[in-house]
Order: sequence, then C-alpha cells, then structure tokens
Amino acid sequence: MTAMFGEPIARVEDDRLLRGEGAYLDDLGHDALAVAFVRSPHAHARILDIDVSGALDVDGVLAIYTYEDLPGRLAEPLPLLIPHPALTHGRTGYPLAADEVNYVGEPVAMVVATDRYLAEDAAEAITVDYDPLPAVVGIDAARAAEHLVHPDVPGNVAAHLVQSNGDAAAAIAAAPRCLELDLVIERSASMPLEGRGVLALWDTDSRRLRIWTSTQTSTGVRAAVAAKLDLALASVDVITPDVGGGFGVKIVHPWPEEVLVPWAAKTLRRPVKFTEDRVEHFISSAHERGQRHQVRVGFDDDGRVLGLDVRFWHDNGAYIPYGLIVPLITSTQLLGPYKPGAYRVEFTSLYTNTVIVTPYRGAGRPQGAFVMERTMDAIAASLGLDRALVRERNFILPSQMPYDHGLIFQDGRPLIYDSGDYPAALAKLKALVGWDSFPAVQAEAREQGRNLGIGLACYVEGTGVGPYEGAHIVVETSGKVKVATGLTTQGQGHQTVLAQIVADELGVPFGDVEVTTGDTRAFGYAVGTFASRAAVMSGSAVALAARAARAKAIKVAAAALEASPDDVEIVDGMAAVKGDPASAIALGTVAVLSNPLRYAFDEAAKAATQFAGGDIDAPPVAEGESPGIEGREFFSPVRSTFASGMHAVIVETDPLTAETKILRYCVVHDCGTLINPRIVEGQIHGGVAQGVGGALYERMAYDETGQLQNASFMDFLMPYVSEVPDGIEIDHLETPSPLNPLGIKGAGEAGVIPGAAVFASAISDAEGFPITTMPISPSDLFELRQRHKAAPDAG
Amino acid sequence: MTFDVQMTVNGVARTVRVPARLLLSDCLRHDLRLTGTHVGCEHGVCGACTVLVDGVAVRSCLMLAVSADGAEITTVEGLAGPDGTLSAVQQAFADCHGLQCGFCTPGFLTTITAALAENPDPTHDEAREIIGGNLCRCTGYQNIVKAVLRAAELGRAGS
Repeated sequence: MTAMFGEPIARVEDDRLLRGEGAYLDDLGHDALAVAFVRSPHAHARILDIDVSGALDVDGVLAIYTYEDLPGRLAEPLPLLIPHPALTHGRTGYPLAADEVNYVGEPVAMVVATDRYLAEDAAEAITVDYDPLPAVVGIDAARAAEHLVHPDVPGNVAAHLVQSNGDAAAAIAAAPRCLELDLVIERSASMPLEGRGVLALWDTDSRRLRIWTSTQTSTGVRAAVAAKLDLALASVDVITPDVGGGFGVKIVHPWPEEVLVPWAAKTLRRPVKFTEDRVEHFISSAHERGQRHQVRVGFDDDGRVLGLDVRFWHDNGAYIPYGLIVPLITSTQLLGPYKPGAYRVEFTSLYTNTVIVTPYRGAGRPQGAFVMERTMDAIAASLGLDRALVRERNFILPSQMPYDHGLIFQDGRPLIYDSGDYPAALAKLKALVGWDSFPAVQAEAREQGRNLGIGLACYVEGTGVGPYEGAHIVVETSGKVKVATGLTTQGQGHQTVLAQIVADELGVPFGDVEVTTGDTRAFGYAVGTFASRAAVMSGSAVALAARAARAKAIKVAAAALEASPDDVEIVDGMAAVKGDPASAIALGTVAVLSNPLRYAFDEAAKAATQFAGGDIDAPPVAEGESPGIEGREFFSPVRSTFASGMHAVIVETDPLTAETKILRYCVVHDCGTLINPRIVEGQIHGGVAQGVGGALYERMAYDETGQLQNASFMDFLMPYVSEVPDGIEIDHLETPSPLNPLGIKGAGEAGVIPGAAVFASAISDAEGFPITTMPISPSDLFELRQRHKAAPDAG
Repeated sequence: MTFDVQMTVNGVARTVRVPARLLLSDCLRHDLRLTGTHVGCEHGVCGACTVLVDGVAVRSCLMLAVSADGAEITTVEGLAGPDGTLSAVQQAFADCHGLQCGFCTPGFLTTITAALAENPDPTHDEAREIIGGNLCRCTGYQNIVKAVLRAAELGRAGS
C-alpha cells in the first residue's frame, strides 16, 4: 500500500460539488420562512421612531421585530469574543440597533415573511425616523476625535498597547543611520462568493434547536446561541453545510442574524432562514486591512537593523467584537524573518462609523509585511545596497532556532519561532526569479522605453494557534472508518487531507475513510477554522485518534490471532501477524470482535456473541477497556508553529496609462511537511490572487459621510483571471515543525501576506520612487509620477 | 399577478406558476429546487448563476423566469451524462483541482461548456478569455485555465 501522506491526490469533495449536489446554506430549507432586514442608511444617527404599521398588511408577513421585542439576554450587546487587558473601551453592537446606529448597514428591524421577495416588500414599507449625527470616517478623523463614535469612548480609542524588547529609542539614537517612513494601507474584505446565511429549526417534539450556518466555527455559534436564548448546550445542534468561502469573515460570531433567526424560529415554531445578499455583505459583514504606520529604524552601514520603533493606528470600525487580534498580529508578525535589534511597537485601535474590522485572510500580516519590507527596501536604497542582501543580513539563522522575539503573540503565548530556514528560501527564490540577472533585463527594457521592476517580500506566519482541536474515529463493522473533527471547512479540502492522514496512521485504504467536519452532533468540542490552523490542529488530532484506534485494533486482533500485539500489524485494512499474511482478518471483523454481543445482527456478528467462545472466566469487556474500535484524542500545542515564505514579482508599468502588468510571479513557500502538495499549491494560488487584489485593485471607498460608494462587484474590483498572473511559479521548502506529531505548519493564508509588500517593491523599482500607500491604482501611480516630476525628492 | 411558464429543464418539461418579478435564478433554485445554480452577486457580475438557455450561457440572475417561457435550459445538474458520467468539463475540473469551495464552480462549468461547443480547441489565451467574466475567490484561476484546456482535450478524445 502506498503512503497517502504527501501525495498530490485529487479531492474526494469534488464529485458532489461538480454535479451541482453541494448543499450550501441557501440550498437548504426550501419551506422555511424568509428574513429581510431594515438596515441603517446613516453612518451615525439616533433612532427617534420606527413605524412598522405600513408593513403589517404586506402579504405573507408573519412577524416584524425591533429592538424592543428582544427578550432577556438577546437585548444585551453581542459578546466581545476575545477580551484583552489593553482593550479598555470594548464596545459591541446589539442584534438590532437599540437607540443609535453606528454604521451604514447596521440592522434596525427584522421582517419574517413567506418568501424573501415579500419580506423585502415589507422591509421597504417600514419607516425609521433618524436624527443624523456627525460621522467619523477614516483613521485621520478618528485620531482627530473632533466627533466621537461612542460618546463614552474618549478619543475614539478602543485600545492602546505597547510592546517592546530592548530600548529601541536608545538603539536608534546610537545607530549610525536612521530613517523614518509613513505608510498607509487601505481597507479590503474577505468577500467570499457565498455571503453569510443561517437557517434554524425548532423541533417542538424534542424541544431542540437545530441551526445550519455558513460559519467558520459551529461550536462557537452553538455556545453563543445557547447562552443568548437561555438553552442548554445539549439542546442546540449547529451544523455547517457546504460553505462557499470564508477567508476570515465567517469566524466572527454570533452575527446578529445568527441569534435572531434561531430566536424567530423558536418563537414562531417554524423554520426560518436568512440569506445575505451581496450589498448586505459589503455593508454589514466585516472588512480589514486599514492601518497607518510610522516607522523609525536605526541601522548600520551594512544595513543591519539595530533598533526599530513602529507606531500604528488601526481602524476597527464601529464595534470591536473580535477584540485586538488583527493589530496584535500586525504588531508581532511585522518582524517577519528578521532580527530587529531593539524593538518597540505601539498601536492604537480606533472606532470609526464604518463596518466592523475583523480578520481577513492574512489577518494583519499583509500590513505588517508591507511595513517591514518597505523598511528593508528603504534601508537598501539609502545605502545603495542590493535589496536581497540587506534582507539576508538581517535574517534569523537556522542555527538560532527556536528564536524568541521577547514579545507576546496573538494567542497570549511567547513569540517563539519553532523552525525555518530563511537563507535557503531566499537562495531558492533568487534562483527561481533570476534575481541577479534582472538588472540587465531591466536596463535592456528601459532602452526600449519599457519600465520593468522587480520586487521581493518575505514573511513569517504564526499558524496553528490553540487552544486545541480534537477528533473521533470509529471503525465500523463494515470496515469503513468514520472520522469526525469539530472545526469547519470552507473549501480547503479537509475531507481529503484528513483522510490521507488517517489512511496512513490506521493502515486502511484511503477510500474507506470518511471525514465529517463542523457538525456539533458528530463532535462537540472544537475551536474553529482560522489562522491557518486546520491541518496543524485537526490533522494532528486525527493522527493521534487514529493511533489510538490502531492500538486498540491491534490488541483485539492479537487476542483473536493468539499472538502478541507487538507481532500484529495493520496493512490495507487487514490485521495480520507480521510475516504471516494467511492469518489476516479484516479490520471490520476486528471491530465486530471488539464489541461482545448478545444479539447477532448478521453472519459476521455471530463471532462476537456469547456462545461463540472466549475465556468464560473473564469479563467480556476487560477492565479499563471499552467496546468498539475507536479513538478520541485532542491536540493542544504549547504555542503556534511558524510557517514562512518569500515572493518575487516582475512588473511592467505602462509609461502612459500607469497600468501595472504582472510579467512573472514566483513563490517559495515553507509550511513544514506537505500533506497534499496539490492542495497547498491551490491555497497559494488563491492567496496570491487576493494579494494582487489588495495591492492593485481592492479598496473600500467610503465617502466622508460614511457611505460605501462601491458596494457591488461592479465597483469593488475583485480580480478576474485577466488581473492575476498567467502562471505562478512555486518552489517548496520543507522545514518540519517540532511542535506537532506530523511536522505540519499552516498554509491557508500564506499566499496573500506579502502581496502589498512585493508589488510596492516592484513598482518602486520600476518607477524609481518609493510607494508608500497601498493599494495603488493606475490613477494613483499617475498622480505620484506627476508629483515626483514636480518635486523629485518628495517622499 | 402570476404566470404559467413552460420550460424544458435538463431535458424535462416543467411548468411553473410564477410572479412576474421572479428571477430565473430563484425560480430554478427555489421553485424547481435545482440548487446547483448559485447566486453570488445578483447583479450579473460574478457569473455563478450562469445557465445555458437554448445553448447560450446566460446569467440567470439577470433574467426573469417569465421570459424563459418556451426555452430549453441546462443547469449544472444537467451536464453529466444520462448514466451519471461526468462531462468533459466536470472531469477536467476534478483532474486539475479547478475548484476549492465549489460555490462559483457551476457557473464556470456552464460557461466553459457553452464556449467549448463553439471553440473545441482553444489556445491558452483563449482559455483565459473564456473564463474572463466569472469571479472565483478561492483558486486564483490558475487551475481553472488548466481545466479549460484539459476539458477541450477530453472532449476531442471523446468525440
């Protein structure tokens, strides 16, 4: 039997999805009542009155709810999911706005009707009287604090945090050279093709609530709904159906709709469904990325960083339900593969009257990489040194691993890199892209009137954060292996990769393994899918559970074969004495034998019944044992494992239109041992495309009153195939993690992280002036050219 | 006001009574319960809802169900052969890892099916052009381009 781990096999998920037999949220519950929301048209206003009288007579309306209808804990603010001592002024919204709205899109009233068309008719007939208040939009306005988002939050400051290692100010003052940079990165968003959605069914007979939701954490939603509706956890099931992409936005929970829809279903005793439309996704889900950074860096004549001082301002939107995760990640992961000398970072998280900001793939790292890599390029430019050489001189070396940065990471644990080989990765990337020969290519192109530029950007990504994941494995009497893990899937191919691990660990054919994710009925203890953690956490957990099941199977088979467990092996679903294939018994039979029976249900089961033999003086189930071939284990690592990578891009900027064209895109990627290289490459492709979007096209265009001007796919420019590189060249490096049994590091987010950084580097190289604000559109670049022509020394 | 609409959907004659404003996408999904056709933007930009109307790729979110009266419609559910064999385009997506979350996939499958019927032997650039109007947030399109070329190859081998 060939090992499955490491093989680029095709996915087991695909057949169903290719036939149109996927079951995404809105594909379920055809007979459910439909929900539509009245959402605030103002970025900031007091609600004076809500008049629903015009909507009551609309055909098909069953109920209309406003804040005043919400009972008990449903009327309290939504949870602040991740508290932090620095988050001194945490504010969250209500499921329906109480007396004030703080962003365009905030839910104000909820209509339940027989179908969505009628629900929207009724929503339009509801009149809300608002008293508009001044809106705070953008980081500069939030800092100026001329107006406040929340009257009881001075300066619009949700949180302020300083971390340091050494005396950065002194190190910079003493350094031979010093530079200052001012860097800005704008808002984008996860923007999965499927929006959010939730379907709930209250079973009046069994008094149970069943919820399907397009989420990245079914256990999180379950706990939150049970708490909000005052139900026992055991009375609530949450099932994650097929999910049409997440990229971070669906880790936030409970969304207002995720508590309101179950409550309405329970109240009305009817199934109720909410399906978010695209405009709603733009204005009522979550965004990310918006930050402004000020950097001071001290370095020596060789370009070695001696001290780094970063201050940044993070726009967290109207509320902060997901806590400080994004700026915490930026402030630590900014360091990338480098030793910063003394380091001080200070951030301020600010409220604005805009959509909330929560992790989007990369989760604060793209900003951090942009800042650090711009700094590296600035150092190289000021010294006239090669950009790759400056980076190399600052790398943490493999001999210095594990490397302790002396800071606290997003998981509350020390920021200690477990492994990595950055010089080897850089050597691979330089060879792949032809770094050393590029200046000649560039010069030749310039003679033909073409602007070419090459960029380079590195990152380190903490993946597989805790606290834990678990898995349950049972071998059925048919020999089929059922695996359940609690975290959820949004297209990453978990059913395939987890089955690959189980097939090898248990010694069964890959096709006999079936994996269930994100269903609290199958496995109730889980955290969720985020932070590139699924393969690390659930991959390790299924490996441990498979090992436990295997040990049990060997023990039972050894008794049946009258052999020592040490002499029994399981290969291709058969247990046999080593070297004696004739002794083999099928794993399904071992499962039968493991469960002493009184009643035979088929021919095979007769072997386990009470008159079939065995020691009549021993208990049928030995002390300390249990019936069945099962394994149930948890994996809880001491801290995150750190993946890394480097990207290079060659661009051509049009001398007239200032359009940026991608000529080549190269990736060197290290996510430890690879379970399925094909799936890892798919993750990189998707991440790179999102990186291109974030660097060149995507921005949330709010006007000064807080109206999102581009809330549609017509105006928010997500890359089509014409915008992505025609071919992404990938080379892998495998530095196994010592922190888990399989040596895995996460791979889900990596592709997007250096996007803004690598394009800024390449466009700067093509244009001859630094790019300090991303994304950069052709108009932005055109204006920068004009400015630099007028004043060549401008920053 | 409701209307009776008669359509042939995946080879089966269907009659459905619909309000004038009902979108074809909603009619297929909720009235006929063919939920393989997905809705990603409801304004004709993402292409997830693409179906074949009389053999032509059409965004079903931009068409009213009443205007499909008398039409022959193929959705993703109708692409596989009568014996369940995946079509060349479907098989190519499986072979090339052309999908991740699978939400946009039905629209790509129908779009490519229509395009390959017109041009069974596309070049690499033409393959990119064929999928140029469909959005995917997962794959970065790299393997979808490969799947177009692979589907053409499978289609030629099978014809």
